[in-house]
Amino acid sequence: MTVKNADVYQYLRHEKKFPLIWCSGCGNGIILGSMIRAIDSLGIAKDKTAIVSGIGCSGRVSTYMDFNTLHTTHGRALAFATGLKLARPELTVMVAMGDGDALAIGGNHFIHAARRNIDLTAIIFNNSIYGMTGGQISPTTPRGSIASTARMGNIESPFDIAKLGEAAGAAFVARGSTYHTDELDELMVLALRKKGFSVLEVVTPCPTIFGRYNRLGSAVNMLKQQRDSLVSMHDAGNMSAEELQGKVSLGILADYDKPEFCEEYEKLIERAHKA
Amino acid sequence: MEPKLLMGNEACAEGALAAGIRFFAGYPITPSNEIGEILSSRLPAIGGKFIQMEDEIGSMAAIIGGSIGGLKSMTATSGPGFSLMQENIGFAAMAEIPCLVVNVMRAGPSTGMPTLPSQGDVMQARWGTHGDHPSIVLCPSSVREVFDLTVTSVNFAEKYRMPVILLMDEVIGHLREKVTLPQPESIQIIDRPRPTCPPEWYKPYEDSKTGVPPMAAFGDGYRYHITGLTHDIMGFPTTRKDEVEPLMQRLFRKISQAFEEIMLYDRFLMEDATTAVIAYGCVVRSAKSAVLQLRREGMKVGLLKLTTLWPFPRIAVESLPEQVQDLIVPEMNMGQIYREVVRVNQGRCRVRKISRIDGELMTPQEIIFGIKRRERK
Repeated sequence: MTVKNADVYQYLRHEKKFPLIWCSGCGNGIILGSMIRAIDSLGIAKDKTAIVSGIGCSGRVSTYMDFNTLHTTHGRALAFATGLKLARPELTVMVAMGDGDALAIGGNHFIHAARRNIDLTAIIFNNSIYGMTGGQISPTTPRGSIASTARMGNIESPFDIAKLGEAAGAAFVARGSTYHTDELDELMVLALRKKGFSVLEVVTPCPTIFGRYNRLGSAVNMLKQQRDSLVSMHDAGNMSAEELQGKVSLGILADYDKPEFCEEYEKLIERAHKA
Repeated sequence: MEPKLLMGNEACAEGALAAGIRFFAGYPITPSNEIGEILSSRLPAIGGKFIQMEDEIGSMAAIIGGSIGGLKSMTATSGPGFSLMQENIGFAAMAEIPCLVVNVMRAGPSTGMPTLPSQGDVMQARWGTHGDHPSIVLCPSSVREVFDLTVTSVNFAEKYRMPVILLMDEVIGHLREKVTLPQPESIQIIDRPRPTCPPEWYKPYEDSKTGVPPMAAFGDGYRYHITGLTHDIMGFPTTRKDEVEPLMQRLFRKISQAFEEIMLYDRFLMEDATTAVIAYGCVVRSAKSAVLQLRREGMKVGLLKLTTLWPFPRIAVESLPEQVQDLIVPEMNMGQIYREVVRVNQGRCRVRKISRIDGELMTPQEIIFGIKRRERK
C-alpha cells in the first residue's frame, strides 16, 4: 500500500502557531505529518475530523492542525474523546498521547477505552521519557535507562503497549517508528480506517532529554538506532530467528472484528424506542 | 400534571431531561446512584446518550467531550467522586464548556459515612479545583426544588458557558415527597449561544457585552482549538499579559455582571424579624419549623433561605444587620457558610453558628435551643 503524499501545508494552522515548540531532532513532527497524510488519503473532511490530545510534548500536536482540536488534561484525552465520539459518532476522532500520558496517569482510561472498543484511533508517541517535564522515567522507560528520577538506572520494567492494548480488548494494535516512515504512513491509514479502538504505538526519538541522559548521540544517531533495533513488518518474513533476536517488530500486532461501542449504542437506542 | 411521589434524586433526573440534558457520564457512588440509573434507561429512549465511565475523572472528561459535541451534558456524584472531578471541573471553567455536576453530599472527610448526610462540601464546591475561577453553586431544600434547580442549573451552565454545581445533600436526594411537576411548556429552557457568523470570522473566545462568546460544537463547520491552557481569543495558548489578563477578567465579569440573576434566595417571615436564621439545603426544613414554633411563642424570628451558595448571595445578607440583632447560621458542617456571613456582616450584629457533624439531620429543636441560648445572654 502506498499512501498519497498529501499537501501537509494545507492542513496546518499558520496563524500564530509556528514555529513548533518541539526540539530539533524530535520525532513528533514526523508523526504529525503521518496523521495528516492518513486523514488526507482517506478523504476525511477537516470539519468531520477531531484531534484530541493530552498533556506533554505530544499534547501540542492538536494545536498545529487545522481540524476540530481539543487539548485536554494530563492522561484524560481518551475520556474526553469518548464523550465527544459518543455525542457525535459521525466524527473521526484521533487521540494523540505520550507514553506517560496514555499509560501512567491515563492507564485506566486506556484499558477501558480498549475494553469498550469505542471507535477512536489512539496514537501513542512513545519516546520512553517525560520530555516536557525534564526527563523523568515513564512506564515505557527500559530497565537500566538513565532518567532524571533514575540517575543510577531505571529499576522498573516497561509496559509492552501492544500486549497491553490487545489484552485490554483493542480491535487493532500496531507499532511503527519515525525511522520507518512509509510503513508508519501505511499503519496510520490502517489504524484510522479500522472500526473500533485502534492503538498505534509510534517509537519516536527524544534526543534532547532521553538521548542526552543515555548518551545516544545525535537525533540522526537515534534514528539509526531505530533502524537497527526495530524490524519492519515487510522484512520480518525474510529474516531468520537468529536475525530477529533482540529486535522489536513493527507492523500490525493484533486485528480483530468485534462489536464497536457507538454502533452498539445506536442499537440500544432502537431497542429503547421500540420498548 | 398529576401529582407524583418522587425522590429527590428522581426529581433531579426528571429536571435534567426537562432541561434538555442529552448526555450523562458517571460512576457509581452512594447516595447519588438513582440519578444515573434512571437516566441510563430514559436517555436512550429519547435518542440521548448515557455512559458509565471507569471513574469520576473520566466521567467529568466525558461530559466535557459530550458538551463539545453539542449535547447538554451532566454527571452526578458524591464527595469522593466530586474530589476526583475537580481537575476537569477546572478545565470546563477555563475552556468555558457548559455542563452540570450534581454532588449529593454525604458525610466526610474521605469515605466518611456514605449513607449519611452532611453539608461538608460547600467550600469544595467553590474552591475545589485549582486556580482562580468563578463558580455557580445551587442548593435545593425540597424535592420540587430539586427539579426546578436542576433546570436552572442547566440553564445557567448554558447561558454562562461554565460548569454549574447542584449541591444536594443525602437527605434531599433520598427524600420522597408528593410533587406536581410543571407543565413542560411552562418550563423556561436556555440554550448556549451559538455562532451565526461565517466560520472564517469565528473568534471562539472573543469578548462581548455579555462576556459569553458563542460556542460552536465540533462537527458544525467551525474548526477551532479548545485547551485548558490560558488562551487568546482564537483559543490558542498564550502567556502574553495583554491576552491573559482580559481572558481572566472576562471569566469573572461574565458572572459578576449577572449577580442579581444568579443569586437566588427566599425570605420567610422576615418583615418584622429581629433574629434571622440563615439556612440552605435540608436544614431549611428544620429552620422553617423552628421559626414557626418560635413565632407561636411570640419571638420575632425569620428565615433567609439561601438557594444560591456561590457566588455567595451577599445582596441578601448585607442589609440584614440593619434590621436584626442576631444572625443564626445552622449548618451540617463546622461553619462554612457561617464564615461568609461573618465576612459580609462586618461586625454589625451578632452572628452565631450551630454545627452538626455526626451524620444526623439538624433538628428544629437544636435550632430553637441555639436561638434561645443567644437570647438569654
